Formats: sequence, C-alpha cells, structure tokens
Amino acid sequence: MSNVGGEHQTSHKPLRERSIGDEGALGEFGSNLISTPVALRDSIVRHGKPTSDRAKSQTIFSNFFLHILPVRTHLHAIKATTTLGLGVATFVLFIILCVTGVLLMVYYKPSVDQAYASMLDIMHVVPTGRLIRNVHRWSAHAMVACVMLHMARAFYTAAYKRPRAFNWVIGMGLFVLTLGLSFTGYLLPWDQLAFWAVTIGANIAQSPQELTDALGMTQYFDIGLWQKEVLLGAHQVGQEALIRFYVLHIMVLPVVTAILIGVHFWRIRKDGGLARPSHADASSQEMPALASEPAPLKSYGLMAMMKDKTPAVNREMRHTITTWPNVMYVIGAASMVTVLAMLLLGYFFDAPLTEMANPNVPENPAKAPWYFLGLQELVSYSAFMGGVAIPAIVVLGLALVPYLDREKEDVGLWFSGARGRRVTFVSGLFAAATVIGMLWFTVSFGWLRNWETTAHVPQIVITLFNPGTVLVALFAMWSVATVRFMNSTRMGAIALFTCFVVGFVILTYFATVHRGPNWDFYWSQSDWPVH
Amino acid sequence: MAADNNHIETSQRFAPPATRRDFLGLAATWSAIVAFVMAMLGALRLPMPSVFPESNSRVKLGRPDRFALGSATYFSKLRLWLFRDEAGFKAISSVCTHLGCVAERGVDGQYLCPCHGSKFDEIGAVKGGPAPKGLVWVDLSLSPEGWIVADTLSDVDPKTVLQA
Repeated sequence: MSNVGGEHQTSHKPLRERSIGDEGALGEFGSNLISTPVALRDSIVRHGKPTSDRAKSQTIFSNFFLHILPVRTHLHAIKATTTLGLGVATFVLFIILCVTGVLLMVYYKPSVDQAYASMLDIMHVVPTGRLIRNVHRWSAHAMVACVMLHMARAFYTAAYKRPRAFNWVIGMGLFVLTLGLSFTGYLLPWDQLAFWAVTIGANIAQSPQELTDALGMTQYFDIGLWQKEVLLGAHQVGQEALIRFYVLHIMVLPVVTAILIGVHFWRIRKDGGLARPSHADASSQEMPALASEPAPLKSYGLMAMMKDKTPAVNREMRHTITTWPNVMYVIGAASMVTVLAMLLLGYFFDAPLTEMANPNVPENPAKAPWYFLGLQELVSYSAFMGGVAIPAIVVLGLALVPYLDREKEDVGLWFSGARGRRVTFVSGLFAAATVIGMLWFTVSFGWLRNWETTAHVPQIVITLFNPGTVLVALFAMWSVATVRFMNSTRMGAIALFTCFVVGFVILTYFATVHRGPNWDFYWSQSDWPVH
Repeated sequence: MAADNNHIETSQRFAPPATRRDFLGLAATWSAIVAFVMAMLGALRLPMPSVFPESNSRVKLGRPDRFALGSATYFSKLRLWLFRDEAGFKAISSVCTHLGCVAERGVDGQYLCPCHGSKFDEIGAVKGGPAPKGLVWVDLSLSPEGWIVADTLSDVDPKTVLQA
C-alpha cells in the first residue's frame, strides 16, 4: 500500500555496495550498537506510546498476553458491582499457587520417610520457606472461596444464560478441579491431619460398596474398591498414595486447570464479553466523545460471520472505553489487593502442621479442610450418599442449570430484579429453617439406628433415607414448587441455588464449630473432654 | 420427481448420497477414533496396580500358648484384636467399615470410632452411627510349625473361631 508510486520508503536504507575499508559500514555498526536498546524495544513493542486510541488498541491487540482482552471494553464490565473482581482474584490466586508451589518443590521430598522432615525444613530452615508455605496454603483456601463466590456471582446475575451456557459448565469443571487440587495437596505434608483426611477421602471413593453390597453385586462389580486402588495404588494410604497425589497435585491437575482457564477466558470474549443488562446500552447519559481514529489496520472481513441483522454503525462504540489503560487499572487493583491479602495472611498466620502421620492412631476428631466439612457432616450419616451421591447430584444439577432454565430475560442484573430478591430471601429462610431443624433433630433424637423399632433396618434404608438425603429431597421439592407457583424456571433455579448455598454455609459452620471428638455435638471446643 | 433424480445422479456436480470416497473417509475417521480410544485405555491400564505393597498379607501372630485363656491382645501395626476363649481364637480388625479410621475398644469390649461416631458391640456388629457393616473378622490359621497366622486381607464370617 505504501509503495503505490513505486517510491522507496525513506526509513529503510537501501542496501548499497561496499568496498573493503569503507568507513561507512563501521560507522553504521557503531551507531547500530548505540541504538540497539531502542531497536530492541521497537522490535518487541511494534507500536508507539499508547497515547492515541489506535495505539492503545494496538497495545492490547498485538500483545500475546493481553490479546485475550478486547481492545475496547463496555463501561458496565468495569463497574465494581458487576463481578466484584472475583474472577480476576481467582486467577491471581492460581498464579500465586503456581509460583509458590514451584518454590516449595525445590525442597519438598515426596517420600513417606522424608516428606514430614522436609516440611519442617521448609518451616524452620529454608530462607522465606515459612512465608512461602503459608502463602501457598492460604491462597489454596482463598482460591476455593473465590471460586465459590465467583460461581454465586455468575449465578445470581444470570450470567449462565445463552450464549454463556457452556462457559458455566467449564466453570463447574474448574470448581471440581480446584477442590481436587486442594485435596491432593492436603496429603503432601504427611502430618496427622493429612493422613487421616486422605484416609477418609480414599474410603469415600470406596463407599459405592455400600450400594453394591446392598444389591449383592460387590463380588462381580466392585467399583468402590477399584476407585480406591487406583487412587491409592494400595489398600492403605502410604508411599504409593503419596507419589500419586504428588503427581496429580503438581502436574496433572494444574495443567488441566490452566488449559480450562484459558478456554474459560477465551469463551468470555467469544460470548460477547461480560453479561450486561440491556439498559446498560440504552441509557441516555452522554458518553465521552471519542478522541480517536477508529479505523483498524486490517479488516478480516468478520462481518461475514456476524449473526445479527446489520452491523451497528457508530453504536457499538458508545458506552465503551479503551481497555488500555482503564481495564488494566481495574485488573491491576484486584490483583494487588489479592496478593496483599495473601502476603498479610502468610506473614501473620502459620499454616497448620500437626505431628507426623501415624497410621495407628487417628486424629480425634479427624476434620477435613473447611470446604469439605459440610460434606463430612453428610458423610457421618452415610458415606456413599454424603461423599459420592449428593456431591455428584449437586455438581451435575448446577452444571445443568443453564439447560433447564432457558428463559429469555435480562442478564447482568443481580437476582434478576425485585422478584428474584424476594425468592432468594424466602428460599434462604426456608433452607436455614430446614437445615437447622434437621441438625437439631439428628443431634437430639438420633436417627434410625438409635430407635428401638428401627435399630436393625437394613443398610440400604439408612443409605437412602438419612438426614442428608431428606435435606436434598426437601430442597428439590422447594425448587420445583417455586417453578410451579412463580411460573418461572429462573425463579426455581434461584430457589435451588440459594438452598444449596445456605445449606453449605450452615453445614460447614456446624461441622467446624459444633462437632468434637467421636463426632459428638458440643456447643464449643472448650467443652471437649480432656484426655 | 423420477426425472429429477435421474438428472441429479447423472450430473457431475451432484454426487449420490454416499460414495466410495465417503465410505473410505468415514472408515478412516472411525478407525482413527477407535485406535485413539484403545490407546488411551491401554495407557490408563498403567496406574491400576497388579501387585500391592501389602500383598504379603499373612502375618505370624505368635504361638498359641503365648495367649492366655480369656485374653485380648492388640496388634497396633495390624490394627487387629486377637481374642482367646474356650471356643478358640478369633481376630477382629479395628478398622472402621465406615471410612477407615481406627476404632477404639473400650473397657466394656465395645468399639467406638473417633471419626464419625460409629459403634460396634463385642463381636463387631454395628450398634450405631454410619458404619454400613460390622467390623471384619480376619482369617486365622495355623502354620506348619504351629504358629497362629492372620491373613489381614481375607475376612471370614463373624463367629468363625480357630481351635488350637
């Protein structure tokens, strides 16, 4: 294009013939040497300073790490209440975990004989080892929390709706992977807490035997034992299990998670950016005039792939700002807050490390990390239902939400407006009442085995009918009733999700605070019996 | 209609629904998919161990005369209680059948699991809590030299005793 008239560009010196002793080449070498830093910079960053809108766009567009972002971003996307920064925080936590994890691998030895000693080294001898380990542990907890909060945000703002349905499913996959990463990492310190939490986890993997035993088919099809053997490479937690968990924790799960994070981000772009309500585009507010020359350098003919009727001339640009630097400030701020919080936690609070694993004496009580404690309460009713069936139902049910609720309505609104806020509130009250009621009943009166007439019911009855399954059934009925009476699948989805969230919170609190030795009920830890 | 069909079939531009080329293409695609899946399954066979670290599960517990009549002996590494009464020897594993914690045997002879509160009576039958089945009775036998041998990976029907 620039060579229209056949004239040479002046910026490139034409190659000229040189003879030996020509001072010109040497002089050029000298000036090249001096200008090398500038030439190097210009070869890396192939556009000028981001002062014009075009240069700002190029800053995003031509950078490998930033090109996942759009060059212009809708104003709604950077409002604090749109995402609360939770997605960015989760991603930053993943990066922190990768960096601190690699550092810990320098000293950690995945061997039954040496793992615990190497943990002590990291805590007491290795320079900054204590801080790095603390940050790693707290970031792992924080990542689980952020993934859950991020999921709640996406749910309550209806961001799972078409065309974002499949990205919600990928998000569910990332949720499960995050829990898997935490669980596999939990064994590595090889302390009592680790050993017994993973023993419980591995036996939960074996618990389908509860069902196959009841059906009398365990000897033909023992999937429970098979799962445990694949997970542990043995029948007890030992060296085989440690190395398997190590491989999963440092290699398999992080790689899969990183790939899915990439797909998750990519689809946000492909699905049209963050979900925003229609009024975000229709407001009569005057937007700042564009000080730009929006002509793109290249046109890829994307118009041919557009689904809508006509391209919106001069309308798409309204309500948007350049990503550089506006969105970068937002991402930077969320990242810095996250890193700072983790550093402070790691500096002031030590990650727990109990005594070395002892396969002969269990911890009493042996408690899983907080995000599994709600499940542990359910597991104390039935291992298979609480540990396998109910979590599977919840994860599957959540993944299917976008396909069961396909109502066309505005997205990006918290709770989908006043009606949804009311459903959320009432469902929260209902869930709190049922969960607290069930816990009170179970603690006060026990369950089938504690009553004279039902003490000897077969195991299958207890498996299928226990406080956990009753709760799930009540939640399901409540949400179906909401669909029926509110005549809206979205309201039913809100009711179900709220029940799930409230149930999770209360069960987690209850198992953390009110369960003591022998999984008995105590008002507080100070009431625990002293050995 | 018939005329149209004839026209399409004889035309160079419109191929009939399936050609030899289509068939070969589909066959090649599916061969590749089947080969890939089989290769993956083969690769996944590796993590499934054929020998377990505890495979040598037969352990000598001691000579019968070491254990007095009416005694209860605990082997903490094996997580195993050995009892001797008039009928003979019996061995009960203290590993809880709920989630694998080690149940504690109280002075009354009952077992209590610290993890989720499962309770078992003196012969290991479930009395309460979430345990799906009773404690395991471990297979006992006499070695040729007359030692009591426990096979920690094989269980027997409750109330099976070894006379020695």
